[in-house]
Amino acid sequence: MESSSSTRQLLWFFAIAVCVKLLLIPAYHSTDFEVHRHWLALTHSLPLSNWYADETSPWTLDYPPFFACFERFLSIFAHYIDPQIVDLHNGLNYRANSAIYFLRISVILSDLWLLYGVYRLTKNADVKRRYLIWVLIVWSPALVMVDHLHFQYNGFLLGWLLLSISFLQEGKDLMGGFLFAVLLCFKHLFAVAAPVYFVYLLRHYCWKGLVRGFSRLSVLGAVVVAVFAAAYGPFLYHGQIQQVFNRMFPFGRGLCHAYWAPNFWVFYIILDKVFSFFLKKFGFSIQIPAASFTGGLVGDSSPFAVLPKISPSTTLIMVLLALSPCFIKAWTNPQPRMVARWIAYAYTCGFLFGWHVHEKASLHFVIPLAIVAVQSLEDAKHYFMLSIVSCYSLFPLLYEGQEYPIKVLLLLLHSILMWLGFSTKFTRASAPNTMVTAKKKGAQSKSIESSSPAAEKGGFTIGWVGKSYLLGLLLVEIWGQFLHPYLLGDKFPFVPLMLISTYCAFGIMYSWIWQLRWIISTT
Amino acid sequence: MGKKKEKKEINEKVDVEAVEIEDDTWWWLTHKGIGATFLCISVFALLVRVAVSLHPYSGAGSPPKFGDYEAQRHWMEITLNLPVLEWYRNSTGNDLSYWGLDYPPLTAYQSYFHGLFLRFFDPDSVSLFTSRGYETYVGKLLMRWTVLSSDTLIFFPAIFYFAFVYHSSCHSSRKNDCAWHIAMLLLNPCLILIDHGHFQYNCISLGLTVAAIAAILSQRELLASCLFTLALSHKQMSVYYAPAFFSHLLGKCLRRKNPIHGVAKLGLTVLGTFTVVWWPYLHSTDALLGVLSRLAPFERGIYEDYVANFWCTSSVIIKWKRLFSVHSLKFISLTATVLTCLPSMVQQVMAPSSRGFLYGLLNSSFAFYLFSFQVHEKSILLPLLPASLLALEERRPFKWLMFYGLFSMFPLLCRDKLVLPYFALHALFMLLYHAPCGHGGRPRNARPNNTKFDYFDSFKTFMNGFIYLSSFILHIVYLTMHPPEKFPYLFEAIIMLICFYQFALLAFYTNVKQWSLLEHSTTEEEKKLI
Repeated sequence: MESSSSTRQLLWFFAIAVCVKLLLIPAYHSTDFEVHRHWLALTHSLPLSNWYADETSPWTLDYPPFFACFERFLSIFAHYIDPQIVDLHNGLNYRANSAIYFLRISVILSDLWLLYGVYRLTKNADVKRRYLIWVLIVWSPALVMVDHLHFQYNGFLLGWLLLSISFLQEGKDLMGGFLFAVLLCFKHLFAVAAPVYFVYLLRHYCWKGLVRGFSRLSVLGAVVVAVFAAAYGPFLYHGQIQQVFNRMFPFGRGLCHAYWAPNFWVFYIILDKVFSFFLKKFGFSIQIPAASFTGGLVGDSSPFAVLPKISPSTTLIMVLLALSPCFIKAWTNPQPRMVARWIAYAYTCGFLFGWHVHEKASLHFVIPLAIVAVQSLEDAKHYFMLSIVSCYSLFPLLYEGQEYPIKVLLLLLHSILMWLGFSTKFTRASAPNTMVTAKKKGAQSKSIESSSPAAEKGGFTIGWVGKSYLLGLLLVEIWGQFLHPYLLGDKFPFVPLMLISTYCAFGIMYSWIWQLRWIISTT
Repeated sequence: MGKKKEKKEINEKVDVEAVEIEDDTWWWLTHKGIGATFLCISVFALLVRVAVSLHPYSGAGSPPKFGDYEAQRHWMEITLNLPVLEWYRNSTGNDLSYWGLDYPPLTAYQSYFHGLFLRFFDPDSVSLFTSRGYETYVGKLLMRWTVLSSDTLIFFPAIFYFAFVYHSSCHSSRKNDCAWHIAMLLLNPCLILIDHGHFQYNCISLGLTVAAIAAILSQRELLASCLFTLALSHKQMSVYYAPAFFSHLLGKCLRRKNPIHGVAKLGLTVLGTFTVVWWPYLHSTDALLGVLSRLAPFERGIYEDYVANFWCTSSVIIKWKRLFSVHSLKFISLTATVLTCLPSMVQQVMAPSSRGFLYGLLNSSFAFYLFSFQVHEKSILLPLLPASLLALEERRPFKWLMFYGLFSMFPLLCRDKLVLPYFALHALFMLLYHAPCGHGGRPRNARPNNTKFDYFDSFKTFMNGFIYLSSFILHIVYLTMHPPEKFPYLFEAIIMLICFYQFALLAFYTNVKQWSLLEHSTTEEEKKLI
């Protein structure tokens, strides 16, 4: 009875979101829409062996095999709706309503998997926590912006991650590891957390004496190998495996994406610019490289004028270094309740120091962190900041006028909901409210009032640093949207975007340091 | 570390107790008071409005006449480029046969200001003559934003004012109810679809009306009459509410020591407001009559399209347009309207009360919708507004009216290609109406009394279910099947018949309800006396 009503309520939350998402169908979608439509056509019309070899469109398949299979599965229905959607040649840049509705609705429905993940994670949580987590994940503005406007399937993928975390939290490590392996075969960008998984599973699942431990290790290994064999086996059989990996890891791309994700490298680039500027002033001859960072694809030439060039392996080492405290903790004290934090921390590190990071990757840690956001006041405060910053950093994805109010309202609504939710969760009812209940309930509520002062001390408030930072966010937005075009016109068109990523990078850095401190300090 | 844990434990303990006190889903939404709740819901309502505005408007890409969107844009063009006196007059610059201005001056002023806004960003969209049928990405965006801003600046504050007054007057209402009520008011699917989908500015006149109603509930009658006069000068359709305002205010004045003084004050306020708004047209009777004749397009016949009112429905049997001249039809419809308004007016004059006033608004707007001359499908918005104001007391009838109100506009919205927002908003409304721990599960307390009428009850639910089901099937039939060639408007006619039947039932019910208030109040007074 209890669980059925809670399922119903979760579905209610989901249905409200679906209504809004349906309304957003005619909104702007990025080229990712055509990418996914092309993949539908590709997987539908070509045999498996040609999936990764085809070059009909520049949008070649560059996700792992399970995702290709997922597209193949969707293409069956697409074929019934409108055969032109899955036509390899005639379907190129096909934008009829049937295609738009089909693809949009497929994203909305695939979110059911995320919903199942959320359901599994929260089915044992107490009522208040549950609602807050639902609001944070099911009504996440970042997911709406990336999945339902920009167009991707992150909700579905994050569903696998949340499911995996939910199993780990219950102590069912094998299942958690299995689901994570499946996730990796859907999208390899999730692999950043793989070292954490490895250390944790090795210690928590396998470290049980020599014989038992070894047998568990081999079971776990067999499961992972089986998953990967299922994914890559067919391509190995067709001799395509090299091609698959070439497509999946295009290291020809630069350190930063066209729009810089708000991460550590933003500071590095700016430092380089500042150095070269001053050195030039002091009379040194500095060659400013022609390849500007706003151009997107950066070739082999070093884009930096003064500072040393960064290679993919450098970023890898930096990520691993940043992760090392987490490894130590996971090894010395592997606790299921910490898993969500560790995984989120791993994605934060990957986001901050990784190679060619997309701003959308911030979803990978913002969504899992929602699970722990309601655990303590400190968590809530941190999540409030992080969520706003990461959502704001996604704004440049939707640059057209029509979607402007939508993204602003989404962020505003999310902030208000978080503020309301957290402040109720972490304060006892405010004064007038207690008065009313005191009248009603008499003696019972008096006992509550006596205990409330202690709780009231730790109310949900944002300190002046946080407040001024958020205010600065508003200023950055006003500058970029209104003042810059008005004052400078078309000059320096890259400045607003640069400002956004730099400013948001501070917020993400803060979140990283906060998470790191938390991980180190908890025993 | 220890401290942190302690704090956590206390927090958790407090949480458990809080759950015991207020076992609600929405505790977190409502605990900060009505302001925060309203803010949250209104941001969501705005988001929904913006999302609906992505969809096509009426007459998109259909020359030569286009639709209401082009009409509004044309008015901006006219008011911006011509002197005030020429706005309502046929001239070389103003061809009245092409979407001539046919709303009162406040609409014209509003068009003027919105025109200024459009001219600032996109001068081509409002240039005289050359901008006819102007449809661009930016043009659509700017036009949509004018509606959004009017909604935010007028309708939302008015609803806040109303919710504040209404919920502070009755202390018994739970905070949850208040949040639910605000959601029902702000997420009215019909209003959103017509204003932000089809393209109109009903939010302004309805917002002014809501503000006037709130002013009456808070005993500020002068403010109320001023606001309602403004609403009337924005859309003449607001006259649907006039009988209720008139009778309520009259009834109140009569109970004062000095009734004439009260009436005179109100009358002067109304006249003063009218004078200010209509000032440019007041110096000559010609100009005034010119405007007035534009406002009452009797030549368009007693009904248009397939509207679910009495004249259109009964015309299936009685061909009103053939049997009577326009002049006599005017008289007949006026008599019928006044007669149906009369009971609720009499009730309000006899015993003016806030609740009675709300019922009176509903009844008089129903009377106008069902019996007045030249009613449009969209006019169902007018009875819907007081019904949504009464949503807490009349939950079932409110849902009922919303359902059939939406249904009656379905053919119109299909023509506008707004089928997707229609279903999405319909679903959203039903979800919000049945919000978990909201009202879906509440009538349980009220059940035991009804066991006597089990027979009647089951018949009623059966009938309701049957009609719901058939209307659902009709939706699908309308979308998927072609009507027989002999009767091209067969489906529209069926929809109209069903909706009229429901509206008439509801109007009867609300009239009875309003009169039963009278009995209640007298018995209460008697009790007090005893």
